[in-house]
Amino acid sequence: MAEVRAEMVANVWKVVVQEGDTVSDGDTLVILESMKMEIPVLAEDDGVVAQLKVSEGDVIQEGDLIAVIE
Amino acid sequence: MLTETLGPVLVANRGEIARRIIRTVKRMGLRAIAVHSEADADLPFVREADEAVLLGPANPAQSYLDVTKVLEAARATGARAVHPGYGFLAENAAFAQAVIDAGMVWIGPAPDAIDRMGDKINARNLMEQAGVPVAAGTREPVTDLDLALKAAEEIGYPVMVKTAGGGGGIGMSVAHDDESLAKAFEQAARAAARFASAAAGGEGAPLAGPAILLERYIERARHVEVQILGLPDGTVVALGERDCSVQRRHQKVVEESPSPGITPELRERMLAAAVRAGEAVGYLGAGTVECLVDADEQDFVFLEMNTRLQVEHPVTELVTGLDLVELQLRVAAGETPEVTPRVSGHAIEFRVYAEDPKRFFPGPGKITAWEEPAGDGIRVDSGYEAGNTVTPFYDPLMAKLCVHGETRDEALARARKAVAGFTVEGPKNNLPFCAELLDEPGFASGDYDTGLVGRMRSPRG
Repeated sequence: MAEVRAEMVANVWKVVVQEGDTVSDGDTLVILESMKMEIPVLAEDDGVVAQLKVSEGDVIQEGDLIAVIE
Repeated sequence: MLTETLGPVLVANRGEIARRIIRTVKRMGLRAIAVHSEADADLPFVREADEAVLLGPANPAQSYLDVTKVLEAARATGARAVHPGYGFLAENAAFAQAVIDAGMVWIGPAPDAIDRMGDKINARNLMEQAGVPVAAGTREPVTDLDLALKAAEEIGYPVMVKTAGGGGGIGMSVAHDDESLAKAFEQAARAAARFASAAAGGEGAPLAGPAILLERYIERARHVEVQILGLPDGTVVALGERDCSVQRRHQKVVEESPSPGITPELRERMLAAAVRAGEAVGYLGAGTVECLVDADEQDFVFLEMNTRLQVEHPVTELVTGLDLVELQLRVAAGETPEVTPRVSGHAIEFRVYAEDPKRFFPGPGKITAWEEPAGDGIRVDSGYEAGNTVTPFYDPLMAKLCVHGETRDEALARARKAVAGFTVEGPKNNLPFCAELLDEPGFASGDYDTGLVGRMRSPRG
């Protein structure tokens, strides 16, 4: 199980995957936006998106949980 | 003075540039009106204005980009002129026209000039007709990948792929072959869709296809731009150049004037071309003609024109002794100020961004300590102070640290001291990068190009 957390304060611009989706290492899970920059959040392992904790338009803080990959 | 008729002046922007414009507006004896979002209520520019109007929530589409709200604020406060700063609505011709239609003075060029220069494809074609050199590239919007591949074959790799609208380096990338072109095109198309959506007020606008252009990419290029000022009598003057080759993600980090990378002969040709560019669109007020310089060949091509005050305008102010905001106001009021451009000494600006100094990723946060350096030849244009929070909603620029010296070496020495004397705690910031850059032989020598920061950050140089 791998937790994916936010590296910075950001807005959730796009949610690319849904819970239950199968993802591979390097796949984009969500795209964050902070200070006019798009920051893709990538899966760091192969697996299934067990939990997805953010929705488009959310403001998330550094360290917040974005997704859990199992 | 005609400028008396301009006040009150509404400043339709935020942060350091709003504060800087407000300073000149007040010095000229005019009332300054700020507009702001909920997220910015505590920032210095709101307090320093004579009056401030809350526009709405942090989201720019509901505040700084909301034309209706900004115009309503102007009406409610009796503003007689609007200064847009840079970014947000500064290059929105429809907004400029709406300001004029509401009976106010637009502090910027005519909406028609904004329109003609705002589309990079149109601007490029217009400049070519005016005898300004342009790079080999596409003259019509490239709307799909097949057309892009065909164009790249004609131009020859590497090519720069960018959107016709928008700015800030967003959606721009270099393609070295067909495969990377596909990626670059997709990225640009996505950015183009976002620009179109933002222009439509955040509503997803149906598109005929993205407007993208391809240009021959110059590998070892310097980014050098010319500051121009168009006067009501139709003349255009060039106020020297700025070298903006220190960039990350195609965004400027450091600018200096004069450029250490061009000969007097090339400078003369560039300034003359910038004047022709301004005259070709009947340009009024302050504008910038951006060029790419091939340092080895000592030749240049037109890149784009910015129809507004530029972030890095203080560099020009420091070497010319002029106040560009004052000149903008006077020209907008119909005056023809006497401007004799004379460049004295050397100036450098460092953009102090809220970002980590290694990867340059955004690092907003609450400012717990903020101490600006001061002294001979040091100017700091900042948007924040201790206790403020740098939010993720806007660009990461916190302050501009500018230095001036009689020579480039003196300016560099002052910069080293000033960077060391600038304390920012809380948000991540790139001051350590600025210090690193000042120690980098490639920067200190003046012999650098737009690839400098990339080379500093790649493990094998």
